[in-house]
Amino acid sequence: MIRGLLNLPNDDSRKIIFVAVTLCLVCSLMVSTAAVLLAPIQAAEKQESLRRNVLITAGLLDADDEDANVAQLFMQMEAQIVDLDTGEFASNINALSFDPVRARRDPALSDELDEDADVAGIDRRERYIRVYIVRDGEKISRLVLPIRGRGLWSTLYAFIAVEGDFNTVAAVNFFEHGETPGLADIDDPDWQSMWVGRQIFDAAGDPRLRVIRGRVNQQSPSAINELDGISGATLTGNGVSNLLAFWFGDMGYRTFLSNLRTQGA
Amino acid sequence: MDSSPKKVLLDPLVDNNPVTLQVLGICSALAVTTNVLNSLIMSAALTVVCIFSNGAVSAIRRHIPGSIRIIVQMTIIASLVIVVDQLLKAFAFEASRTLSVFIGLIITNCIVLGRAEAFASKNPVGLSMLDGLGNGLGYSLVLIIVGAVRELFGSGSLLGYVVLNPEQDGGWYVTNGMLLLPPSAFFIIGLMIWGLRTWKRDQVEPEEFQIHQIHRQEVL
Repeated sequence: MIRGLLNLPNDDSRKIIFVAVTLCLVCSLMVSTAAVLLAPIQAAEKQESLRRNVLITAGLLDADDEDANVAQLFMQMEAQIVDLDTGEFASNINALSFDPVRARRDPALSDELDEDADVAGIDRRERYIRVYIVRDGEKISRLVLPIRGRGLWSTLYAFIAVEGDFNTVAAVNFFEHGETPGLADIDDPDWQSMWVGRQIFDAAGDPRLRVIRGRVNQQSPSAINELDGISGATLTGNGVSNLLAFWFGDMGYRTFLSNLRTQGA
Repeated sequence: MDSSPKKVLLDPLVDNNPVTLQVLGICSALAVTTNVLNSLIMSAALTVVCIFSNGAVSAIRRHIPGSIRIIVQMTIIASLVIVVDQLLKAFAFEASRTLSVFIGLIITNCIVLGRAEAFASKNPVGLSMLDGLGNGLGYSLVLIIVGAVRELFGSGSLLGYVVLNPEQDGGWYVTNGMLLLPPSAFFIIGLMIWGLRTWKRDQVEPEEFQIHQIHRQEVL
């Protein structure tokens, strides 16, 4: 039958359909084989890259250092689960086997946000989240917090490192996003380096850090809470502001950080 | 058309270069050439896609119905590009992040479809794959030259190794930031085309329109 179809003239509609269907089958087989076979390697690479990003944000790894033993360095970091509702460490949950992606999606572990509360555009917020801690003796010297939120086209994923005063930004690392390359380069090191030293909260303890339009006027009293906008990427910048407002607000890390501040004092 | 294997392979390097003569594939040539490494990975990806898409199109060329031939070629090319993208994600994760959408955009690279339509659909498999290799190398040649110029004068290094010690690291070389922006690749490719057409006069295209001087009779 196949031979019969192949022997038909090329403009016969039966042959056109036959060629189209066969081609699609062969191509989809090729694509799916590649995707399935490579998935474990890609997952390992992705985890490695995630760990690198945590280490870079924590200041334990130089971004240009390609040869570092990431797995070993990573073991030195202390991972903890935070209960975002109470703002306390949830020490009954094993931080190493914790699956943040599952926690985000599982209805038992996360709450659906209604439209008004969902400033960051993330639909669901998990109750438990994994954070990383760098200690100087007993004292926490740096805290690495995962944050995320919608930009213009995609969800932006970042780690933000907070100094021991639980207010000053030590580093930020937007490690995954699907915004327009070349325009919304929020992963640009120059732009990210501007975050260092900015403060998240104002004197009243409200989250204020945001991306403004244009350049920050260093003389302005609010400059400490402001970040330069990226021209051509206003909406991505708004997304960054929104996710900061969400993750350092009452639904996010605000209670946790203020708890730490009172404990530290 | 002379189609000896050697000519098929070597012609696209200089005499019939897809970028400088046919002015195809310019978009990616502007976007990814900020350094040599990106240029190399992009070149390798495009060359692989071009070889195998030419091979596949050529293998089934007698059975491609004329009415759906472009979509058939696009399907083959798109599948190959996805496979290459997946491979990069597995074995060159960082590079695939930097090149982001541009690997996916090989699908729309005119060189790949152009060779499939113009060469592979009329020629045997071996020769078609050779043509894909030749054109891939022609594209690579331009990309690597542009990438080298931009990286050397834009960041003072080649393949990440410092050649001209840049001023911000305490050296003497004031880096030219413009070379890291896409328009600079336009100038470099433009200069290359100019140079090539001055060297090889037969690449100069005849003027499509002749501007005639009109002598007006009436008094203005």
